[in-house]
Amino acid sequence: MLRLDGVQIELGDFALTAELEVPQGASVAVIGPSGAGKSTLLGALAGFVPLKAGQILWQGQRIDTLAPAQRPLSLLFQDNNLLPHLSLFDNVALGLDPNLRLTTEQRARITRALAETGLDGLESRKPAQLSGGQIGRAGLARVLLRARPLILLDEPFAALGPALKAQMLDLVGRIVRQTGATLLMVTHDPADARRLCDLTLVVAEGRAAPPEPTAALLDAPPPGLAAYLG
Amino acid sequence: MPWRVEPRGVSLAAALVAAVLVALNLGALGAVLWRAEGGGGWHAADWAALRFTLMQAVLSALASVALAVPVARALARRRFTGRRVLIVLMGAPFILPVLVAVAGMLAVFGRNGLLNEGLAALGLPRLGIYGLQGVVLAHVFLNLPLAVRLLLQGWARIPAEHQRLAAALGFGARARWRHIEAPMLAQVVPGALAVVFLICLTSFAVALTLGGGPAATTLELAIWQAFRFDFDLGRAALLAAAQATLGLAALLVLAFVTRIEVAQTGLDRVAPPPAGGLARGFDALAILGAAVFLLVPLGMVLARGLPHLAGLPVPVWLAAGRSVLVATLSVVLLAAMAAALTLAALRHRWPEALGMAALTASPLVIGTGLFVLVNPWVAPVHLALPITALVNAAMALPFALRALIPAARRAEADYARLSASLGLSAWAHGRLVLWPRLRRPAGLALGLGAALSMGDLGVIVFFAQTGAETLPMQMHALMGAFRSDDAAGAAVLLMALALGAFVGLERLIGGRDAET
Repeated sequence: MLRLDGVQIELGDFALTAELEVPQGASVAVIGPSGAGKSTLLGALAGFVPLKAGQILWQGQRIDTLAPAQRPLSLLFQDNNLLPHLSLFDNVALGLDPNLRLTTEQRARITRALAETGLDGLESRKPAQLSGGQIGRAGLARVLLRARPLILLDEPFAALGPALKAQMLDLVGRIVRQTGATLLMVTHDPADARRLCDLTLVVAEGRAAPPEPTAALLDAPPPGLAAYLG
Repeated sequence: MPWRVEPRGVSLAAALVAAVLVALNLGALGAVLWRAEGGGGWHAADWAALRFTLMQAVLSALASVALAVPVARALARRRFTGRRVLIVLMGAPFILPVLVAVAGMLAVFGRNGLLNEGLAALGLPRLGIYGLQGVVLAHVFLNLPLAVRLLLQGWARIPAEHQRLAAALGFGARARWRHIEAPMLAQVVPGALAVVFLICLTSFAVALTLGGGPAATTLELAIWQAFRFDFDLGRAALLAAAQATLGLAALLVLAFVTRIEVAQTGLDRVAPPPAGGLARGFDALAILGAAVFLLVPLGMVLARGLPHLAGLPVPVWLAAGRSVLVATLSVVLLAAMAAALTLAALRHRWPEALGMAALTASPLVIGTGLFVLVNPWVAPVHLALPITALVNAAMALPFALRALIPAARRAEADYARLSASLGLSAWAHGRLVLWPRLRRPAGLALGLGAALSMGDLGVIVFFAQTGAETLPMQMHALMGAFRSDDAAGAAVLLMALALGAFVGLERLIGGRDAET
């Protein structure tokens, strides 16, 4: 279980509080207006945004004091998840060893992860030679390979077309089922939430609310969320 | 869309600037070659000058950039009180008059400088500053801040996501270097090396004061010596041709290595906390070392010169007045030339190339050429100030265009369509869209131009041999006459004028909150 206990974040004028729990293995959509703090919330979980107060706990252990790499999670950003000068293979391999000194066994695992994400044959390409969908898959291949129990997605597929995005979400769903990971996914599209996430967490008006069942929440949204959904 | 068509005034002005620059370069070079009358042949000493010019420029570029890497890295990843002030102060040597920098170097590394006094007190032999080591040392002092700035831009261009990715994946120092920093440096370092190399290639004042002799003469200095001591125009012409060829070759290399822009604009977010421990100590050492190296000489110049400032003789004050006049005229010329070329650059590619090559023929080559051209008709001294102002403006033009053209093109790319859809006139577009985005780079460019002109010791030496000396010339004369108190006072005056002109113009044009 992921627990945010009295979390307060302050960045200049911006403030966000969170008091919530996410059950292990849940898939949670994070929705809310632009600038409300969805990315900030994920940044705090990943260790890039300092907490002013409160704690973040995973399975009862504090993780907000850990360095980003030590936290039990993988995070995908909106852009720049791949380093432009490294091949697709090396970019994914960074998830196993940042120094790229790979054992045969590790190489085999990377090859398998690439195959599972539909990227076989593209190993030696640079990010500039990949399509948007392939870049998204590469990020997910690394997430799959790292096999951390918590996966945070900060709208990595926002720029993709509807069909491609649906493919990516299905791939995410497969990875989540395969690894049993807990998923937090920022999205602007309620359809994404319905497609993949049993729970939805609303970030609005300076507060990250506890997750609620997606279908019920979206069918009868509270006033703030209703205004956002339009 | 009336304003999408280039206003005729812009085309005319740009063409005029182009004509002036081409005439200045080719005319001067042509005049030199015409008066060369066959020349006296290429001597062993000339080979030595060519070799020394290349060697000192290569060494200066390598040393400046190599030292800049740890300093830029430390400044990029540490936040401490006084960081901004330090970055601004570290920019000072670049706009410092060269002679003031030399005075600072002498105060620290000279025969009776801090370092040698310390060595002597320890019973160690004194180190000499004259020759290659002194020339390179002064060049590093003058160009290290520029190199740090250029590399800092490289660090700033690393997307925040990559910094976060490195933290999230647990990159150690090795992986961070290999995957993040080294690829970035591979893009930025060649350009930085080329810029410093190009600047040092036309080194005159540093070589004049710290070099000299058969072993440490640059081509520029050799041109001056051929002119001044032998009035051997043939030799001066030959050397000038060699210098111009070298400059052109270097310029082509620069154009070739200048980094290809890779789209890497990450979100501007707080970077993860940097490494501690050993890395922290190393960073502190780099910042402290750079600060000491750059600021102590300036402090020494002030300490030695301030007591003698009030007692400076009248000719020095008169020279200071002439320097202010030259700088003012030069800034006006620079503003006109830069404005015409920047506006023309919105529709054409050539103004950029022309601006970068504004002084392919070096200042001393142009000085020789113009002297040859005007000498039969007018006493050169009458033209000393306007010619110096014009050459100074051309010298600053590449820097100005480097700041202005990208900003103008970006503003145009971002907002031209908006302006068009709103029906803004060319004038309104310029006032509301272009100028607000250009005033900061413009303030920086003109401030730089003023400081450069104020401190320049170059073309003026040809024209002011019988009066009309500027302050740098006066200061050089005082140094040569071993009037060290007056020279020290003049150094402070020169430094105050150059820095004052820079800061004043930057604030005035760039806006109150302008920053370097």
